Amino acid sequence: MRNLWIFITKYNAFFLFLIFEISSLLIYIKYNSFQKATFLNSTSKVTGTLYSQVDALKGYLSLKETNDSLARENAKLRGQLKASFYVDSVEKRKVNDTVYKQQYSYIVAKVINNSFNKRSNYITIDRGSRDGIQKDMGVITGAGVVGQVIEVTDHLAIIQSVLHKNTRFSAMLASTKDIGSFVWGNDLDPHRGVLIDIQNNAQPKIGETVVTSGYSLFPTGIPFGKITNLHAKGGGLLINVEVALAVDFTKLQYVYVVNNKFAGEQTGLEAVQNKNE
Amino acid sequence: MNKRDWRPYKTKMSRTILINLARFIVLVFMQVFLLKNITFYNLATPYFYILFILLLPFEVPNVLLFALAFVTGLTVDAFYDTPGLHASACVVLALVRVLFISITVQKDGFDNEPEPTLSIMGFRWFFTYVLILTLFHHFFLLNLEVFSFSEIQYTLSRVVLSSLFTVFLILISGLLFFRRKERK
Repeated sequence: MRNLWIFITKYNAFFLFLIFEISSLLIYIKYNSFQKATFLNSTSKVTGTLYSQVDALKGYLSLKETNDSLARENAKLRGQLKASFYVDSVEKRKVNDTVYKQQYSYIVAKVINNSFNKRSNYITIDRGSRDGIQKDMGVITGAGVVGQVIEVTDHLAIIQSVLHKNTRFSAMLASTKDIGSFVWGNDLDPHRGVLIDIQNNAQPKIGETVVTSGYSLFPTGIPFGKITNLHAKGGGLLINVEVALAVDFTKLQYVYVVNNKFAGEQTGLEAVQNKNE
Repeated sequence: MNKRDWRPYKTKMSRTILINLARFIVLVFMQVFLLKNITFYNLATPYFYILFILLLPFEVPNVLLFALAFVTGLTVDAFYDTPGLHASACVVLALVRVLFISITVQKDGFDNEPEPTLSIMGFRWFFTYVLILTLFHHFFLLNLEVFSFSEIQYTLSRVVLSSLFTVFLILISGLLFFRRKERK
């Protein structure tokens, strides 16, 4: 017993190393694979407050760009108003009996923490469950798709950005509607993604826009980006193409969280179907 | 040890604690609010906060050293949203530090040379020390982050370039706080 004690105290550095290394690796494997990191991440009280304070300072530096992007978006939206369309038909009588039911609504949020140079990137925003944000909602900007909400607290939420090794969204070519999956490439470039698994009878062209398919969290037609290279690595029987991302993740300021009113209904229905099989 | 000897020992001790606490806060703030946003071509990202562990005094007990490394890593992890990642890399760093110091430094010189800084230990020792420890830390950190061997070439180039960046920053900070000590 005494010899054992002497042995342990003589090589205490090694044993201490084992204890701490094993515990930190346990934390790493447990919390990163299951995304349960609610107590130790930037939604937690201290880091969240610090980040929003620093971000309030940084916001002044990019006021001009934010204004520009908002003005651009306003102009685009104004173009979609009924008043800005010229009525082409002679027929003046309109039948307004179609009842639209709103499927998507949008919650605006400010980005208070953002990363883009790691293998798995997350974005923290300053809106949470009190503002109506729930897990698994889609997130976009005026330019295109940003990611998906994975963690919500009362006042903050974490988004798994497109720049994440596990992110996979249903996407399609804008012109031919060929479906594929949109993922981030392997080279950690925050400006490029890959559209994979397109059927090999499709004929993508350089410069063509890749948009959301409407099968998942987003409305149809939100852009991912434009095709830059038709011969991305891998693929095999199916086609992979490289895409320049429409959103500049290095300069995110404001995002919209998409609230799909039918999302719960859809997942419930599909769960029933899966159970029946 | 009588009371007269004990008092200056105590003030020196609390001064060391204060200095290290301030260093910890400043370095973590710099890392998470400034250096986190700096990267060159997605290859070189500095992890400057490890300077805190590098500059802990020689006579710090191993238990405290490992605990401090663990806590430093967890603090940075809390801001990086990667619980456990930086903590495990920092614990590896602490082990390499213990081994390196036990090989290169004689145990009897501790009264005059309390801290492994550039001004006390000289450029050659300090440079080797920083380079080796940074390489180990970055190697574990970046490989653990990717968690697959399929991109090993890319990861290794990230390790080397990020280490160069970090070592560069640490040497500059060493020169900034350089104090010529008159040896007694």
